Amino acid sequence: MLNNKKTLALAVFLLAVFVIVPYLIGTTGRKDFYYTLTSVALLSIASAGVWLTFFIGRINIGQGAYALMGGYVSAVLVMSYGWSFWWTLPVAGILCALASILIGFPILRLRGVYFAMVTLVLTEVTRLLALALPITSGAKGITSIPLPGALSIFGITIIPDFATMENPRIAFYYLAAVLMVLCFAGMYRLVNSRIGHICMSLQQNEELASSIGVNIAALRVIAYAISSFLGGISGAVFVAATQSVYPSSFTVTDSVNFMLNCFLGGLGYVFGPMMGTLVLYFGWNLLFETGKFQLLIYSTLMIVLMLVLPNGLMSLRSLWKKG
Amino acid sequence: MEQVIANGLYLGAQYALIALGLTLIFGLMNVLNFAHGQMYVLGGFITYAVYGQLGLPFPLAVFASGVTLFVIGGLMERYLFRTVIKRSHREESTMLLAAATAFFFDAVILLIFGEKQRGVPKIVKGVFNDFGVILPYDRILVGILAGLCIIAFILALKYTKPGRAMRALAQDRVAAQLMGVQVERYTMLGFALGAMLAGVTGGLLASITGINAGIGGPISIKAFTMIMIGGAGVVGGAIAGGFILGMMESVGLTVLREYGDVTYLVIFATLMIFLSIRPNGLMGKPWG
Repeated sequence: MLNNKKTLALAVFLLAVFVIVPYLIGTTGRKDFYYTLTSVALLSIASAGVWLTFFIGRINIGQGAYALMGGYVSAVLVMSYGWSFWWTLPVAGILCALASILIGFPILRLRGVYFAMVTLVLTEVTRLLALALPITSGAKGITSIPLPGALSIFGITIIPDFATMENPRIAFYYLAAVLMVLCFAGMYRLVNSRIGHICMSLQQNEELASSIGVNIAALRVIAYAISSFLGGISGAVFVAATQSVYPSSFTVTDSVNFMLNCFLGGLGYVFGPMMGTLVLYFGWNLLFETGKFQLLIYSTLMIVLMLVLPNGLMSLRSLWKKG
Repeated sequence: MEQVIANGLYLGAQYALIALGLTLIFGLMNVLNFAHGQMYVLGGFITYAVYGQLGLPFPLAVFASGVTLFVIGGLMERYLFRTVIKRSHREESTMLLAAATAFFFDAVILLIFGEKQRGVPKIVKGVFNDFGVILPYDRILVGILAGLCIIAFILALKYTKPGRAMRALAQDRVAAQLMGVQVERYTMLGFALGAMLAGVTGGLLASITGINAGIGGPISIKAFTMIMIGGAGVVGGAIAGGFILGMMESVGLTVLREYGDVTYLVIFATLMIFLSIRPNGLMGKPWG
């Protein structure tokens, strides 16, 4: 259960996300940070999914596929069928989870680089499908998607219409932040539950886990489905925030980045993906000022970081504790 | 039909050469070298600089590509990968390092050579036109050279002492070490050789398709596909995978032309089905 220290950390975190950050942005007037932070929150949700597949001992370079799929599902439902965005959000997640169960059953038998490479190929397949299918309108993509409307239950408006707001970016920031907090709270609960401990055994030795009666096939598929669900949700909100989706919205590069976020944050820490996404995304944007040396500095820093902290940024804390 | 087969063979020979380097590195160190395509591009640009700009002979240019990449590969293994493998809790961490080096190479190539597509003068002129096959002579020459490189590589791996050491390492690292193989030296040599193969291929192909800073990533993906078809870490698998992909591409581009740009969609979909039936590729060992 939560002890005092953890409760305090949680309170500080929530305060920072929902009060301090909006206050700081309000006083400094850097409204563009809302968009950046929204992206960080959404990408960290997708990265959390990738982290979960790392947790069961699989290297997943296919999260871009599900993010793209979720984005298209939401966009098509809103544009062609006139659904409300709030309904498409869970549908996008669930459809991605269903698709991942179908795909996952055969490919989760693969291990190591084979799984990594198949998922990499999956990202490419999804992009090519989005280009080829009629419903996705090819390379033109789907543009000018309306902002999310009002959501009301029993006549009480819970979320106001985004389009009537003065600055919908703030609304998207809160939406993304709430989803991120829910996602990581769920992840923390999952990892520290019985299922989480069994997943840890998969990471170390599947045969052994199977021999003492763990249904490894089912567990793998469940973990992969949750991972893809998160990918789909993140993709759907991302598409709503940018109001457009193209086959190139999520590509192999994004899939690789999701994986890198996990590595950078640290594979042994639930909050690693959040940390990694924040540092990588902000690092990349801060280096924008350096112009053509951006990629050079970015990649050099990444190599150095890897040499100094090969177990991720979060491992700093345990180093520090050791003294 | 003859034309399709000839194209397939030509593509296959060059693909196999790329896949060989990747599979060598993977077999020895269990590292998936994300930077392989970038190494290929670097090799191509070195050939462009030496042959296209300085006007030195083509073989010398390809040699320069090979040597440069050999040195770079050796240094990368010694100072980057070895350190990270030693310090990290999980073997997969090398993937971040590999991806970071891929970005690094991309940045360096862009800064030095720019983003333009570069070509070099043809190495031989003329077109072969017989038996229903039309192929420019330079393609035939490069195809044959690639084939010779593959044969030389296999012979070296089979009959020389370092080759035997590397094969032993790929089979069982600990056992090889116990038999007195200097593990660190041969791992470094293997990585350097893998990088060299990428560089040589880049140099050879720069004379035909030209070279462009942006193609590193796509080449890496193709190389991954090939070693998945054949089975990662196995020399025979890489060669088979290269030729199979070359053939599929050649046939696909002809047969599926009327359906638009779907060749790779079909290839990737087939690959996923194939791998779910045979998880280790054609010849891969079950330790993948």
